[in-house]
Amino acid sequence: MSEHDTPSDEALVDFVYHEARLLDEKRYEEWSALFTEDGVYWIPLEHDQPDPEHHTSLVYDDRLLMQVRIGRMNSPRAFSLRPTVRGHHLLAQPRIERRDPEAGEYVLRTDFHYTEARGDEVLRYAATAYHHLSADGGELRMRMKRVNLLNCDANHPAVQLYL
Amino acid sequence: MGKYRDNPEAIASLVGDDCVHRDVYLDEELFELEQDYLFARTWNYLCHDSQIPDRGDYFTATIAGRPLMAVRHTDGSVRVMMNRCAHKGAKLAPEERGNTGKFFRCPYHAWTFRTDGSLLSIPFKKGYEGTRLNECRAAKGLVTIDNVRNYRGFIFVRISDEGPDFDEYFGPVITSLDNMVDRAPEGEIEVAGGCLRFMHDCNWKMFVENLNDTMHPMIVHESAAGTARELWKDQPEDAPKPMIIQQLLPFVNDYQFFDAGGVRVFDNGHSYDGEKVSIHSHYSGLPEYDRAMEAAYGPERAREILTTVRHNTVLYPTMTSKCAIQAIRVARPISANRTLIESWTFRLKGAPEELLQRTQTYSRLINSPFSVVGHDDLHCYEAIQAGLLASGNEWISLHRDFDPAELDEPERLDNGTSEISMRNQFRAWRKFMTDGASRGQ
Repeated sequence: MSEHDTPSDEALVDFVYHEARLLDEKRYEEWSALFTEDGVYWIPLEHDQPDPEHHTSLVYDDRLLMQVRIGRMNSPRAFSLRPTVRGHHLLAQPRIERRDPEAGEYVLRTDFHYTEARGDEVLRYAATAYHHLSADGGELRMRMKRVNLLNCDANHPAVQLYL
Repeated sequence: MGKYRDNPEAIASLVGDDCVHRDVYLDEELFELEQDYLFARTWNYLCHDSQIPDRGDYFTATIAGRPLMAVRHTDGSVRVMMNRCAHKGAKLAPEERGNTGKFFRCPYHAWTFRTDGSLLSIPFKKGYEGTRLNECRAAKGLVTIDNVRNYRGFIFVRISDEGPDFDEYFGPVITSLDNMVDRAPEGEIEVAGGCLRFMHDCNWKMFVENLNDTMHPMIVHESAAGTARELWKDQPEDAPKPMIIQQLLPFVNDYQFFDAGGVRVFDNGHSYDGEKVSIHSHYSGLPEYDRAMEAAYGPERAREILTTVRHNTVLYPTMTSKCAIQAIRVARPISANRTLIESWTFRLKGAPEELLQRTQTYSRLINSPFSVVGHDDLHCYEAIQAGLLASGNEWISLHRDFDPAELDEPERLDNGTSEISMRNQFRAWRKFMTDGASRGQ
């Protein structure tokens, strides 16, 4: 990879802010296009859960399941999404945890607060996101977004949107 | 005195042959009475044997409003007792699960109790000399539950000393649990993959009733399963379907499919649907698993086990199972309008790991608080909980396929879209509730 293709720190950090903004603005088609073809979105059920294969997760969506979830959100008969549900991310400064230009792999860690409103009801979550990015031909995409919820192992009411 | 306490006639009047009064879902006094009359006097699932394998391992749960704990005693048996210090009442087992060693020690005054509940020691005991402590319940140690049944690993309790015997209570519906265990080539299963805990702001009965309600999937789940169908529609007939597509598509099968599946009810409120065909019937096979099953059971018996694909089984009132994908959902009622739903998955010993992944995928799709399917069910339950406050019509219709002959048939197979399972649940509810109220327990 040429030096020209190596993303700057600023580009990496901007990616994270942009990704959250797409979610909050419900631009889900653009959002899911940020993932690589084998990209996954993961919310573990347990703290320090090592993998999604041998343990249940709260969410583990591949691109196909993202299409189902997003298609459902666009359905007029997704009853749980009425009244209109809105999500809001408040991000702390993303930190670059790993930078490997040779392999084209980058990992960012971002603490955030997420608020989800549905009519008069409000849900709040504290979480840490790990963005596993790859740079291919200079374009950054997500191989994985992992969201560690502070209270992942608690009971939860229905959470409607992507965090 | 409230409207229903010590008033069996008033309770009985809430359940008609083909309809129920809204108070069964809304009334907090009835919910309180359910704790003693229904949940304490029936058999309810506490935990699985595999969750407390070693001595001192404990698991806690609230049943009938009581904090309980199951613990592996030093002799290897499972003991169940109230999670309450005999002295001043503090909960002894602090977490959902853990290991207490050889005894429980109260965090307040350090009274200790053996894992069979007996009192082991009290610090600075001379303060009790000459007192009547020995005549008091505290000196006997923890309150133990004597009616415990470990059925092939599933641990059930009946808190009250009164009530039906386990085998009599469940009768033939227990074969759904048999089928789940039999699906393991080694004849044993274990809890695996964690527990999804989904809070429902509705009465527990709405969740339980929904399990054999086959008139709703094609409506409620059109948004998710209809989307999956749309995504898959241009694929060739023989294209291998990813697991999520296999699991989602049957939710939008037509009425004829669900009707043909059948629903079978049993005495005491139990039932299952999908005896003949179910949404779990057509998952792709695993030749390695089939071979292991045939080796363990012989071809004929293996086939019999694997073609039993019942959809949901209700082990009334609070345990529900999906034997075909080794999963259970347990209702933990909290108040008249609040219920925690726990979803547990199991590993079939001797079976390929893919089967655990299959049930985990299903649970995540359907039962996670972040699911794509269960949310629309929950929306409907909560809509009922709110809508029932309307005046002008205080009754809920359960007329679909009602046949007066069913009143005299404790076991019966109906067409799958019949509402007989709900009528059957309420008949059991009425029986236990009025019986409890008559005894004025």
